[in-house]
Amino acid sequence: MVLRKLWHHRSIVREAWHRTMAVANFLCGLHVTNTYLCTAALAYGPSMLPTFNLTGDLFLAERLSTRFDKVRPGDVVLVRSPEDPRKLIVKRLLGMEGDSVTYVVDPKNSSRCDTVVVPKGHVWIEGDNIYASRDSRQVGPVPYSLLEGKAFCKVPSPLHLRCITVNLLGEANYQLCCSLWILYYRKGLYEYT
Amino acid sequence: MGTRNLLWNVANKCFTFGLVGLTISDRYASIVPVRGGSMSPAFNPQPSTFSDDYVLVEKFCLEKYKFSHGDVVVFRSPSNYKEKHIKRIIALPGDWIGTTHNSYDVLKIPEGHCWVEGDNSASSMDSRSFGPIPLALVQGRVTHIVWPPERLGVVERRYPKERVSSF
Repeated sequence: MVLRKLWHHRSIVREAWHRTMAVANFLCGLHVTNTYLCTAALAYGPSMLPTFNLTGDLFLAERLSTRFDKVRPGDVVLVRSPEDPRKLIVKRLLGMEGDSVTYVVDPKNSSRCDTVVVPKGHVWIEGDNIYASRDSRQVGPVPYSLLEGKAFCKVPSPLHLRCITVNLLGEANYQLCCSLWILYYRKGLYEYT
Repeated sequence: MGTRNLLWNVANKCFTFGLVGLTISDRYASIVPVRGGSMSPAFNPQPSTFSDDYVLVEKFCLEKYKFSHGDVVVFRSPSNYKEKHIKRIIALPGDWIGTTHNSYDVLKIPEGHCWVEGDNSASSMDSRSFGPIPLALVQGRVTHIVWPPERLGVVERRYPKERVSSF
């Protein structure tokens, strides 16, 4: 009975099947792009000041260079936290395997330095703001396979855009621009309603 | 023109199939071979034969990273990111573990780490040589043996309870 009904509506069923497959394909493509090519992530917290803002900066990270072993000291990397595997953290890579790294043990209280050699298959990561960062100085070198990507581009937030415009035009002109834009936008709204 | 159309169709099908397959093996489940005798007798009980066991690895556990004592997991080697190992989780974060069978060294597993060991302690490279590993290295949990067919079945959980204490 059900089959006969289905047979009766076979063109609709076929259409539905094609649509579902298209959506599934799209989601799969999204997953593969996100896992193997490039991903977007939000960095917040004080540990990467001044590279990333306290309140959250959107950035793009590419996955290819970690996969093909192309990351070098100085790169900002996305790392799966060794202490909580559900979290991703953003730090700067400071040493590859075999490098000897000198770091300040406790920058708040003393300037005592320590030097370690990074063991095989591990890397040394630190936050840019060493005063408020939990990184290799506390947890030790992390395995290379925890690296998830290399940040390559910061997506400008509205605040950035504002800064850029203010720098270019000056504060007064910026205010003028804003009011003009609001006026224009309102006019558009009125036209549509 | 006809052959070009056909080629295009075939390429399209292959690409789609690859995308879907990759997604399923990344997010849901995959089948991997077990090499070597470090997990015998659970896998590869006769190390001399050339037939590897194939096991089903589920990835749903990666959403929460919740594991139990005795789970068999696939993880990336902490010393070489290209290698993957299959071992059994003996202790979880917060547990105290006796590091070897016949000594009294005990160690507390740090937050977010686990202690992994092979079933065949004579020929296994595991936490006894490289220490506790971060749970974030785990790539999936082994649930079933799928090949050879005569040993098809569930992989059971077991671990030496006398070596682990969780207070």
